Amino acid sequence: MTPRRRRMVLVGLIVVGVGAAVAFALNAFQENLLYFYSTSDVVSGKAPVDRTIRIGGMVTQGSVQREPGSLEVRFVLTDYAKDVTVSYSGVLPDLFREGQGVVARGKLVGDNLFVAEEVLAKHDEKYMPPEVADSLKQQHAGQKPSDVPLPSTAATN
Amino acid sequence: MIAELGQFALVLAFCLCLPQAFFGLVGAHKGKVQWMQAARPAVAGQFVFTLLSFGCLAYAFYVNDFSVLYVASNSNSELPTFYRFAAVWGAHEGSLLLWLLVTATWSVALAAFSKQLPLAFSSRVFGVLGIVSAGFALFILTTSNPFERLIPAAADGRDLNPLLQDFGLAVHPPILYIGWLGFAIPFAFAVAALLEGRLDVAWARWVRPWTTLAWAFLTVGIALGSWWAYYELGWGGWWFWDPVENASFMPWLLGTALIHSLAVTEKRGLFRSWTVLLAISAFSLALLGGFLVRSGVLVSVHAFASDPNRGLFILGFLLLCIGGSLGLYAWRAPSFKSDAGFAMVSRESFLLLNNVMLVAAAGLILVGTLYPLFLEALDMGRISVGPPYFATVFVIPMLPLVFLLAVGMHASWKRARLENVKVPLLIALAVAAVVGIAFPWAAYGTPGIMTVLGMVAGLWVIASSLIEPVSRLKGGHSLSPSVLGMSIAHLGLGLFVIGVTGVESYKIERDLGLKPGESANVAGYDFRFDSARDLRGPNFDAVEAEVTVLKDGETVTVLHPQKRVYRVQTNPMSEAGIDAGIGRDLFVALGEPLGEDAWSMRLQFKPLVRFIWGGCLVMAFGGLLATTDRRYRARATQAATVPASGAAASV
Repeated sequence: MTPRRRRMVLVGLIVVGVGAAVAFALNAFQENLLYFYSTSDVVSGKAPVDRTIRIGGMVTQGSVQREPGSLEVRFVLTDYAKDVTVSYSGVLPDLFREGQGVVARGKLVGDNLFVAEEVLAKHDEKYMPPEVADSLKQQHAGQKPSDVPLPSTAATN
Repeated sequence: MIAELGQFALVLAFCLCLPQAFFGLVGAHKGKVQWMQAARPAVAGQFVFTLLSFGCLAYAFYVNDFSVLYVASNSNSELPTFYRFAAVWGAHEGSLLLWLLVTATWSVALAAFSKQLPLAFSSRVFGVLGIVSAGFALFILTTSNPFERLIPAAADGRDLNPLLQDFGLAVHPPILYIGWLGFAIPFAFAVAALLEGRLDVAWARWVRPWTTLAWAFLTVGIALGSWWAYYELGWGGWWFWDPVENASFMPWLLGTALIHSLAVTEKRGLFRSWTVLLAISAFSLALLGGFLVRSGVLVSVHAFASDPNRGLFILGFLLLCIGGSLGLYAWRAPSFKSDAGFAMVSRESFLLLNNVMLVAAAGLILVGTLYPLFLEALDMGRISVGPPYFATVFVIPMLPLVFLLAVGMHASWKRARLENVKVPLLIALAVAAVVGIAFPWAAYGTPGIMTVLGMVAGLWVIASSLIEPVSRLKGGHSLSPSVLGMSIAHLGLGLFVIGVTGVESYKIERDLGLKPGESANVAGYDFRFDSARDLRGPNFDAVEAEVTVLKDGETVTVLHPQKRVYRVQTNPMSEAGIDAGIGRDLFVALGEPLGEDAWSMRLQFKPLVRFIWGGCLVMAFGGLLATTDRRYRARATQAATVPASGAAASV
């Protein structure tokens, strides 16, 4: 091969390699976009079923149920307008408790039941996941702020 | 009184940044020697007052002065003394003061060790650093004053976030900041070179040790953060592709590209404008990371507060620094043309590929980190990009890079004749292939294709990095710190790759509920839950479980995971029980009581996880060693000569 042709081959290989890499990257990007929905979105049917999404809200007081000795746990998430039941099997994060804002990642399996693969609560009692705070604000745009225990988004960590 | 003294010192430090910037830049522009000479003392003064200010804040913490708002918010009289000191950077305001102190320390170190630099050039460097410091100081004074008084004083403090009451996290931020802000030095050098319109081989030689030093600190800082997340966040992961982790990692990738492109600039005078662009980008990304973290745009464990004023200030400062330096780059960089050529197979080509891949990885991570922010800003919904995206786009360019590295280390400048090393390299590859398949198979079970690729890549790099030091020592030749440092750093990378491959291929994580006396089997180890008891710590109450780990009926270790509740902030916290070993970690985190004396637990088996942080430390050590090379201390006049031959392959 002449040096010229060799260079052409090399350039061609690089183009193919970069193309393949970009295709992989775009594919990975597409597959890993996680959309966030509020509990009202879920109830009104805006959230897709059987696709990994994230939902967020407050854990309703008194809603956490557990069979003694079992890891299976169920709780109700709310944005003070609509409720969604979440089921989860595993160790809950340290700061998970009733009345706290949490985000759950998992799939909606219909009938307002959400099966979570992961539950996130942040490490501060004042913390509210921003998505949850937003969706709460939207729910209560018409009301006086004092009606709703709107936690501040300030000061995590 | 102390708080006011601290604030006054801070104001003085800010005031000294201004003449440092003005006399440094304008003095050099006008060629006024006396003005230029004023820059260095200004640096020293700025450092002294920043240190004094920082010392005052630390003292306020030490004596529990709860009339200072920041102390009252982040400390408590029960807090152990060591953490009282670490609490200084436990939240936003103190962290920024530490930023300023770190920047000042780099500046003063540069002032002390840069006597050989031409006066005009060094004063420009100090001028640029003065602008950076002034920006930080103004930011603290206007939006985040740590000395604000609380009247009336609090009876006791609200305590440090329990997550931060830990040795790893006490030392992680300072070391990370040292690395992060260390990139201000190559940035200042790059801007000074653009202002001067001159960038020669000597320039690259001056800036190289500083860049490598900053890079080494950043490496250790990131590794410490990863280690802390592993044992303290309790869930045994070592990297989460959290936006804030990405913010520290992108400058590292660009910094790594920069130290390699600087090698080409120093040895061959090539890639000059590219090197300058990298130096600007690395620091810009560090600042962008600061913006993302401190403005609260990104919310994660690390984000301190969301205050729009702070965000606006940082955004403005960012635009000034990045916009200004890039504008200057667009104007001046075309004059940095390189005329020397190099063959297709040469060290230059390999380093070019290195740069392309590192920058591509950083770019793809940047896209994943910023894309949700853009969508949100455009009101197109809230999304997040899942960790598998980052893992994929990171591995695509990095795995080939590791293979290329094994060969590229031995390529010489201009035109590489790889025939000399062909045989040892192939032997190394064969050994790596055999060990890379046999070892994981024997130790942990059937390996997948990625496991084999990772193991072989890591082992090959390790073997390849040993070829040159061994052959030089055998031949009775001397081994310069540069070559040895490079070899060690690459060896560290190989260890890191092996660690990542081992953990990601063979980790086992199981969540389950256990009652006292019950046991569960994970990876051939029986974890027996013996008992749980109450425990009282200095500032927390805890439940401590005793878990005995047995293998084939014999006790391997007894672990004591805890669930703590800190008395002031009343947050529960898991303290994992870990048995660390070279081959594997055994890990137990205590969840919550499930009723009937049962507890939920997460049991984990983490093979080779220590190689990850060990590899990073070895990498950083290699970097440190390389900075001690004698040629960096040679006089500037000698340094200015371009090495003519391309044969010497030391980087």
